[in-house]
Amino acid sequence: MFEVVSNEILAENLHKMVLVAPRIARARKAGQFVMVRLAQGEERIPLTIGDADPEAGTITLFIQAIGASTRKIVATPAGGSIRDVAGPLGKETHITNWGRVVCVGGGVGTAVLFPLVKALAEAGNQITTIIGGRSGRYIILADELAPLSEKLLITTEDGSLGFKGFVTGPLSEMLADPERAPQAVFAVGPVPMMKAVANMTREPGIETIVSLNPIMIDGTGMCGGCRVQVGDETKFACVDGPEFDAHLVDFDGLSDRLTSYRKEEAVRHAVTDCKIGKEVAR
Amino acid sequence: MSNKLSPKDRMAIERTHMAELPADNRSKNFEEVNLGLSPDQALSEAQRCLQCKNRECVAGCPVGVSIPEFIDALASDDLPRAAQILRGDNALPAVCGRVCPQETQCEALCVRGKKGDAVAIGYLERYVADWAMQHPEQLLAEAAPEPTGKSVAVVGCGPAGLTAAGELARQGHKVTIFEALHDTGGVLRYGIPEFRLPKEIIDREVAVLSALGVTIECNVIIGKTLTIPELRREFDAIFIANGAGLPTMLNIPGENLKGVYAANEFLTRVNLMEAGRREDSSTPILQRDEVAVIGGGNTAMDCVRTARRLGAKRAMIVYRRGEAEMPARVEEIKHAKEEGVEFVMLTAPIAIAATEDGWVSALRCQKMELGPPDDSGRRRPQAIEGSEFDLPAGIVINAVGTSANPLLTATAPDLALNKWGNILTSSEGETSIPGVFAGGDIVRGGATVILAMGDGKRAAAAINDYLKR
Repeated sequence: MFEVVSNEILAENLHKMVLVAPRIARARKAGQFVMVRLAQGEERIPLTIGDADPEAGTITLFIQAIGASTRKIVATPAGGSIRDVAGPLGKETHITNWGRVVCVGGGVGTAVLFPLVKALAEAGNQITTIIGGRSGRYIILADELAPLSEKLLITTEDGSLGFKGFVTGPLSEMLADPERAPQAVFAVGPVPMMKAVANMTREPGIETIVSLNPIMIDGTGMCGGCRVQVGDETKFACVDGPEFDAHLVDFDGLSDRLTSYRKEEAVRHAVTDCKIGKEVAR
Repeated sequence: MSNKLSPKDRMAIERTHMAELPADNRSKNFEEVNLGLSPDQALSEAQRCLQCKNRECVAGCPVGVSIPEFIDALASDDLPRAAQILRGDNALPAVCGRVCPQETQCEALCVRGKKGDAVAIGYLERYVADWAMQHPEQLLAEAAPEPTGKSVAVVGCGPAGLTAAGELARQGHKVTIFEALHDTGGVLRYGIPEFRLPKEIIDREVAVLSALGVTIECNVIIGKTLTIPELRREFDAIFIANGAGLPTMLNIPGENLKGVYAANEFLTRVNLMEAGRREDSSTPILQRDEVAVIGGGNTAMDCVRTARRLGAKRAMIVYRRGEAEMPARVEEIKHAKEEGVEFVMLTAPIAIAATEDGWVSALRCQKMELGPPDDSGRRRPQAIEGSEFDLPAGIVINAVGTSANPLLTATAPDLALNKWGNILTSSEGETSIPGVFAGGDIVRGGATVILAMGDGKRAAAAINDYLKR
């Protein structure tokens, strides 16, 4: 059992949950995730470790409640407990001082981006962070990211906060300006967003890293459910990733595989308004 | 009652037949297929054993169960003693009595098999183990071992780890098992379906170990949550039995289409996560009318029989050699056939075809013929040119095998591995790091439950010696 220390609502459907998990807090590095199962009979869900405090023995998870399972998880109050939390899983982010780095976060991908920005800042990078969402209500962690970034840009599709448009807008302006063009780009968000970023940085040859969120069961390399095509190879996101070279990832294949259980989930969660086939909370 | 029949009387008794659920009924549910022996059947079968002096059957058992002795106790109607003998040699008798390939091990060496049918050792093992589970109050108490003050970490709660843990606890060592998943049993729980091995059996076997003082910590991934060097500082010895790893891919076009599963994913969803088995399981599983399973081992049989139970009208085994070459147990093949599974033999997959929206529509195959024997002694399959055909399928399951899991070994640089990433050990199971032992699939690649258990037992003996040094 893993005790919930705190559970705050950051934005609509977005919770910040702090859990007691001393071993994971000690071992965890930026970019890694945990497999979470609320109770007997529930799904195993991969969630990025947003932050950790090794001294307090706690980890922080940013959880977007978009499906039946994540909704149940975020309904656990402080003082309650989660039955299973296993990790840290996946490879840690390769962190170095590139110089100028752009970090792009879309929707809840921003929560996955947060630990990367933190680690990149600690390594001395000059970071421009671009975060986007459908509207201002979906913009998360802006206050936390601002002090870590040299510049924080916000985009919303409806223009209710920051620039009207997509995250790709400010990015393309930066790429076009030799003075501001980055040496590396990190992008985490919906698959179409990551694909668009990859397409923009491919030709200028800017190293671009994405963090992927395929369907996972065990998270330890056993089941192969999270496989993605990366270049000529089939990779397992749980052990080989979750971060990959964006220019080699088959985003269309990833996107398609994410819809595998759309029908099954729709039947099961008919009462909820879950619109995605499967939890993509990471 | 004593076991005092004449050899002639023993020879006159015919091998008993274990009752099974009718095939048309069981192929729609996950209830156990084999129903066990009645007391009369067990007694009669035990009396068939000639109690021969050279005990060849024991040599065929990877954990060296005292077979004639426990059968003699059973034939003498002394079940508590039979249970005590069995438990003394085998930490998981109710599991072995169900899933061991006795026909190629103990029973293959039974002298009665030379002329007629071998003694049904597996049935008797199951009978005694099940009796023991149902009659805990009649079991002979085990003398509590003298605590040695030594501690051992066991990595993995599968058959090898559980066996080693049991043996070590009985020697008085303090044992902690670290399990990566949220539940115990390893492959026994996530891999082997309920209709071959009810989960309750695993729970009960694990409870026996807990009663011996073994601690089990789930959700701890060695190599990630903790590393081997960290464990080495906290424990006097380590036994690594973290099991098989990544699925081996087929490397054919279409492998990442929707509806293509690796066997472990398919089985884990159904067995561990209870998808399709429990109405309210929150883990989904795809169900289609036509399911093609690639492979000829026990895992392939488990997949195809599971697919049938989930409602597949055509559940098919696609195997590139012939039925005689299949590595699966004879009983699994027989049960699968009775349940209506189709066997598409001498057929190799070459691609997976898709619908317009990215779902599997067919397995594209090629007919094979058998040529001369290869290194494994089995006749090598060769493609027949121009024999390509499409097998309609909505789900394709890859059950050709697994390769070594890198999670633990990646963070233990001093651990010597072979070129496939499996841990190198001595015949006793000792690795290149003193005090660290290993066994089961992480050493052998894909093997059986009983071979893993044999490794666990041997390594436990070696660890015990090591701790006394």
